[in-house]
Amino acid sequence: MNAPGLSFEQAPPFSVPLRFFLTAPWFLVLAAALLLWEGPGIFASRWLPATLALTHLLVLGFMAQVMLGALLQILPVVVGVTVPRPGLTATLIHLPLTLGTLALAGAFLGDGPVGFQIASGLLGLGFGVALTAFHLAVWRAPVVTDTVIALRCALGALLVTAVLGLLLGSYFGWGGLSLPIVSLTNLHAVWGLVGWTTLLVAGVAYQVVPMFQITPPYPQWLSRGFAPLMATLLVTETVLTLTGWTAAASWAGAALAVGLNVFAVGTLALLSQRQRKIGDPTLIYWRVSLASLLSSAALWLLTQLIPAWTQAPHIDLLMGIVLIFGFAVAVINGMLYKIVPFLAWFHLQAQLLGRGKTPNMKRLLPEARIRQQFWAYLTAFLLLLATVFYPSPFIYPAALILGVTGAWLGINLLSVWQIYRRTLQKGREPTPAKG
Amino acid sequence: MNQITNFMSNDHRHCDELFAAAEEAAGNGDLVACRSRFQTFLAAMTQHFAMEEQALFPAFEEASGNTMGPTRVMRLEHQQMRDVLAALADALAAEDLEEYLGEAETLLILMQQHNIKEEQMLYPMSDQFLGNSGDAVIQAMRELREGAST
Repeated sequence: MNAPGLSFEQAPPFSVPLRFFLTAPWFLVLAAALLLWEGPGIFASRWLPATLALTHLLVLGFMAQVMLGALLQILPVVVGVTVPRPGLTATLIHLPLTLGTLALAGAFLGDGPVGFQIASGLLGLGFGVALTAFHLAVWRAPVVTDTVIALRCALGALLVTAVLGLLLGSYFGWGGLSLPIVSLTNLHAVWGLVGWTTLLVAGVAYQVVPMFQITPPYPQWLSRGFAPLMATLLVTETVLTLTGWTAAASWAGAALAVGLNVFAVGTLALLSQRQRKIGDPTLIYWRVSLASLLSSAALWLLTQLIPAWTQAPHIDLLMGIVLIFGFAVAVINGMLYKIVPFLAWFHLQAQLLGRGKTPNMKRLLPEARIRQQFWAYLTAFLLLLATVFYPSPFIYPAALILGVTGAWLGINLLSVWQIYRRTLQKGREPTPAKG
Repeated sequence: MNQITNFMSNDHRHCDELFAAAEEAAGNGDLVACRSRFQTFLAAMTQHFAMEEQALFPAFEEASGNTMGPTRVMRLEHQQMRDVLAALADALAAEDLEEYLGEAETLLILMQQHNIKEEQMLYPMSDQFLGNSGDAVIQAMRELREGAST
């Protein structure tokens, strides 16, 4: 451990994370357009090409987009290590990720292997750069905290998710391999959602829940033990699945579901003890997100314990919607409302140096607009749930409101950027001479 | 071996509680309570900055041989927080509780991302670098605090 290894060099340039945050919401709009285009048939099975396109617009276009952008921003804060050449690194992640997501959705919707070839190349590049940069950072952390441990596990899970994804992409792009497609797809989804997504959310939650909501800290057994235990269970489940021990693999799956429940309940319990008494729209997003995590984990546990449930027609789709849209999209959406206005304020303050007053966070983004967008989000979520059971009347309103909430989020974030640019411009104008 | 981490993290929590109390009064539209609670909060923050800038940071810089690294950024962030604290005082002087709440939201994030860096890295490293002389640094910080409150 040496002090020169610790770098607090303040944040990377605003443009580094901002490009990810301004891109992501429009993938929700694209997902909505796809739902409208496909109509009620899209929820007949999770294995339909259109359903897979929809899923990847959400998990790559929205979730991974924000998660990778946010990591570029928070690593100096929570790990104390900066990513070298942040501008170039951001471009090499953002551009291939954005184009690769579009290519992959196109590949699912079109036919022929070329789309999968292009998508595999682009996503391989984007995730390759991201994984290299972030692993180099978290494994050089000067102090190994619970958050660093969780980030290491999350990034390990991202590596597995990406490798499995590329294997599947190569299978559809080039063929020639003999792969157990169904098992690999299931493992790809579990590593992505339970490994990468949940463990990253947990690592961040250890800091932001107690700090920003002013709650007691996480009990140490939870913050220290959760991520390594989940990572071990994921490895166990994977090995058991691939070696054909299906019954034992279900037990590992059940243990993972219990783990998710413990994290969700633990975090909800902390939030109920918050000392910050004033309302906070991000808090509502956290609560919806954790309640969704709890419900999807409970459903998952039931399917592992009662095999007949696995055959229930809607159970996979229901779990997918609750986990992706209810848990991950909600918590990301809520956190964007803290990150983007704060970063705008932070960079303005640093650049204006007292020339003109920096508008505070609530002036950069009024709370009323956050709350309005939240109601659109919640409506979209409930309509999507209804769509699983009654696709035919609900799919169109669900798609429309999903588009509305995505565009609204995008516009809210863009408006912060606009005020940022305007304020900066005004601050740079020469002060008019008096008299 | 984590005496500085514990001592200083507890002081952060103390400041957090005072922050929340003042913000709650602003949220309830209670200008009088907000003013008096803000003064208590401001005093605790000023004291905390003094303990770090006058005792902990110099000791860390000497033990690590690094004056341009992490402590420099921490001092810069203290200045940013002082600017927002001044904006909070201005809002109270103007009896504008909406403005107070907006500045408070900003201060909370600024303060907590700063606290995360200190509690996760700078304090644990101080404990390691300072070893047994950590006691003397804590004693010096206690004296600064008591000196300020008498």
